[in-house]
Amino acid sequence: MRQGLRYNFTTLRKEAMKDPQIGKPVPRKEGREKVTGSARYVDDLRFPGMIHGVTVRSSIARGKILDIQFGAGIPWDEFTIVTARDIPGKNCIALLMEDQPCLADRFINHPEEAVVLLAHPDKYLLEEARRAVRIETQPLPAIFTIEDALARKQVIWGEDNIFKAYRVEKGNVEAAWGSAEFIIEGEYETGAQEQLYIEPQGMIAQAGPGSGVTVWGSLQCPYYVHKALVRLFGLHKEQVRVVQTETGGGFGGKEEYPSMIAGHAALLAWKSGKPVKIVYDRAEDMAATTKRHPSRTHHRTGLMRDGKFLAMEIDFTLDGGAYETLSPVVLSRGTIHAAGPYFCPNVRIRSCAVATNAPPHGAFRGFGAPQSVFALERHLDRVAAAVGLSPKELRLRNFIHEGETLAVGQVVREKVQMEKLLDRALELSGYHEKRKRFAAENAQGPVKRGIGFASFLHGAGFTGSGEEYLASEALVTATAEGKVRVLAGSTEMGQGTNTVFAQIAADALDLDCEQIEILQPDTSLVPNSGPTVASRTTMIVGKLVETGALAIRKSLMDAGLLKADYGTGEFAEACRQYIDKFGALQSLVKYQHPKDLHWDDGTYKGDAYGAYAWAVYVAEVSVDMPTAEVRVEDFVAVQEVGKVIHPVLAAGQIEGGVAQGIGFALYENVVWQEGRMMNGQMTNYIMPTSMDVPKIRVYFEEIPYARGPAGAKGIGELPLDGTAPAIANAIAHATGADVREIPITPEKLMELLESLHA
Amino acid sequence: MPEAPRKIRVQCVINGKAASLEVYPMARLLDVLREQAGMTGTKEGCGEGECGACSIEMDGVLVNSCLVPALQAEGTVIRTIEGIADAGQLSAVQQAFLVHGGAQCGICTPGMILAAVSLLSRNAQPTESEIREALSGNLCRCTGYTKIFESVVEACRQQGLGK
Repeated sequence: MRQGLRYNFTTLRKEAMKDPQIGKPVPRKEGREKVTGSARYVDDLRFPGMIHGVTVRSSIARGKILDIQFGAGIPWDEFTIVTARDIPGKNCIALLMEDQPCLADRFINHPEEAVVLLAHPDKYLLEEARRAVRIETQPLPAIFTIEDALARKQVIWGEDNIFKAYRVEKGNVEAAWGSAEFIIEGEYETGAQEQLYIEPQGMIAQAGPGSGVTVWGSLQCPYYVHKALVRLFGLHKEQVRVVQTETGGGFGGKEEYPSMIAGHAALLAWKSGKPVKIVYDRAEDMAATTKRHPSRTHHRTGLMRDGKFLAMEIDFTLDGGAYETLSPVVLSRGTIHAAGPYFCPNVRIRSCAVATNAPPHGAFRGFGAPQSVFALERHLDRVAAAVGLSPKELRLRNFIHEGETLAVGQVVREKVQMEKLLDRALELSGYHEKRKRFAAENAQGPVKRGIGFASFLHGAGFTGSGEEYLASEALVTATAEGKVRVLAGSTEMGQGTNTVFAQIAADALDLDCEQIEILQPDTSLVPNSGPTVASRTTMIVGKLVETGALAIRKSLMDAGLLKADYGTGEFAEACRQYIDKFGALQSLVKYQHPKDLHWDDGTYKGDAYGAYAWAVYVAEVSVDMPTAEVRVEDFVAVQEVGKVIHPVLAAGQIEGGVAQGIGFALYENVVWQEGRMMNGQMTNYIMPTSMDVPKIRVYFEEIPYARGPAGAKGIGELPLDGTAPAIANAIAHATGADVREIPITPEKLMELLESLHA
Repeated sequence: MPEAPRKIRVQCVINGKAASLEVYPMARLLDVLREQAGMTGTKEGCGEGECGACSIEMDGVLVNSCLVPALQAEGTVIRTIEGIADAGQLSAVQQAFLVHGGAQCGICTPGMILAAVSLLSRNAQPTESEIREALSGNLCRCTGYTKIFESVVEACRQQGLGK
């Protein structure tokens, strides 16, 4: 007995001095299931009696529905058929507004609008049936461009086709133009981009008037789906349950559209009385689900003789598609990021999101910022050339510093080291040497090389008062066996939520990650931690997890059950005694908005984000002049994101984001015809393969953020902002082409190159 | 009207076990594996042979199972992700993917691991460009491929050490 105690004591001592879990590349929590193929995604699940569902969509961009006909040769009596008339509650996908119907009824506003739902046990027959449904329509004139929407060629939404408009005013732009030594203008455009998670969207639903509605599926935001189903069925909150299955990538694409598919599957399940599975194939997923908003940005920049910014006037417009969905929020982030990490005394930003007859555009990693940052960083290289400064020197003269105010009037209270990030990125990429060498080498041969960079920031968490409204919660509990459970609505979709939460909780409790269990998000069990978006999960929800874990530790210590120095055995024993004595050992933590962060939605001024990530990315490209094909030869990404919780996952976030940014810049071109995507296949919508992406070199500077868990800030969206402009600037450097628009496909670049010689 | 297709019986070996499956001749092997053989580790990403999420080994050759008609499975030896670990012991490639961040969302991972295993069975010491080329038929939207290369390189190293 005595010997045993002694043995325990030494192991406990050893464990108490164990390395922290944060900062270590601990294995991914659900990694084993993923590498063995045993992780269960929605399409891997089968329920007894389950049948399949499909969606019949409109064939025109805009018009009236006159009739729905069910063609001959199909045993229609075997099918469950749902139209708008079968909806028990309100026919909408509740999000911000309730303008988007779950099923179009009488009127069609885009060519992929769902009109009829069918379910049947036989998938093959179901496909034939889908083709046999005819929706008789009376077409009406439609609009497909930002220009036509603004000109109100047709008014298709509200009174003026405008979902939302913002105006940011700092200083006095009008008064500043007169004293500007230089004024440089430019217009920039970005195209739609498909998220292209490799797992297509899907849901399984079980529903009935007695049992309520339960859905299982691939999704980012369980409580968004929950809200939409409550409204669609007119049920009480407790009668709706949403469970996230293993999710094969999201990138924003599974933020809002899952509510639509969940609604469809649940309506079919409600009517048929059977579990219904809807899984989109790739073509349907690409055609119908949301994409990154196409954008147009106009810049007018005034500078003083010394190259310092005097005034910036920015007009930023997004194409929102047919319904409002998240466009106001995407627009907000894009607007706030439009003036970048620079100090300018006079800034005016006018922005709006407009309606067109395309499927609604939505969330995609970066959420409006990649569009406005592309415009700014490409513009600034043009500005530098016009005022006779190097791209580096122009940025150095204008970077923002602690104590200065951003365009929205936010005083930067963090330590900012843009100069250091820039120096490091340029040094690591051999920028100066290559800049010189390429200029000499490019004179000969068919291949020209170039190097360019972008400097940028990305705000973490919801914008402005968003986090205050969300009022997120997370729950940490401990069992009598000393196991700790984290219950949060935050989802794992590859980015590492499970692992990062485990590390945070483990360090707060001086335990190992293996002792932390992360519960699968299920709205009947986990609290609402807000959506898994906006680079907020680690920084905002992670902080709640840390606070909850610390509270558990404190409870045990206050009860006198745990001493300062303990090991896993003592922890388990303390939990057991606590639960015996007092019952449950748990801590529910609610987000508290810092009192010194103020935001005014009316004037659009204030502390837009609690913290920003700061970065400089450098791209090196080669351009084959005869074919105008661009290759990214080297890529250096330097960023400051606060404390890095997990070095491998964090680098993985940056590398993956840069690859998506390479696609955004060079390859990913959505071909539109009358509001419909014409290249909705992986064969003709080209995302980067392993042959198209160089080794992405990722470096972190760490300045701990006082309010983040262990000092961490947000990271997920950041890499989408700077990649495309760095590449565009590199192409301009290589070829002299005045790139204004992405994706820079060979066809577009060739036109630009030809115009240079014209 | 053309006669409805009749099911046929296909005999093959899946992950070392003899299997006898009743299938429509032109059913996709992907669906047969997932729905009849219960091997849901093989994923569908595009259904047109572009993304490689459904990669399996058939008689030692890497194929996209979404493009293989079931009748072609007759008499073949098939290996899916479920057959890569040895009695619960992860293979060097799986272990490397787990430790070096080769898997994020995990949906491309089974196909990617099959492609890597297939490469290493042909070429134990591939160069970086050989790795890139061997994996170029497997799309990953999460990692930017960097950590996948690192995982494959590490797996080569471990295999070289006899692990």
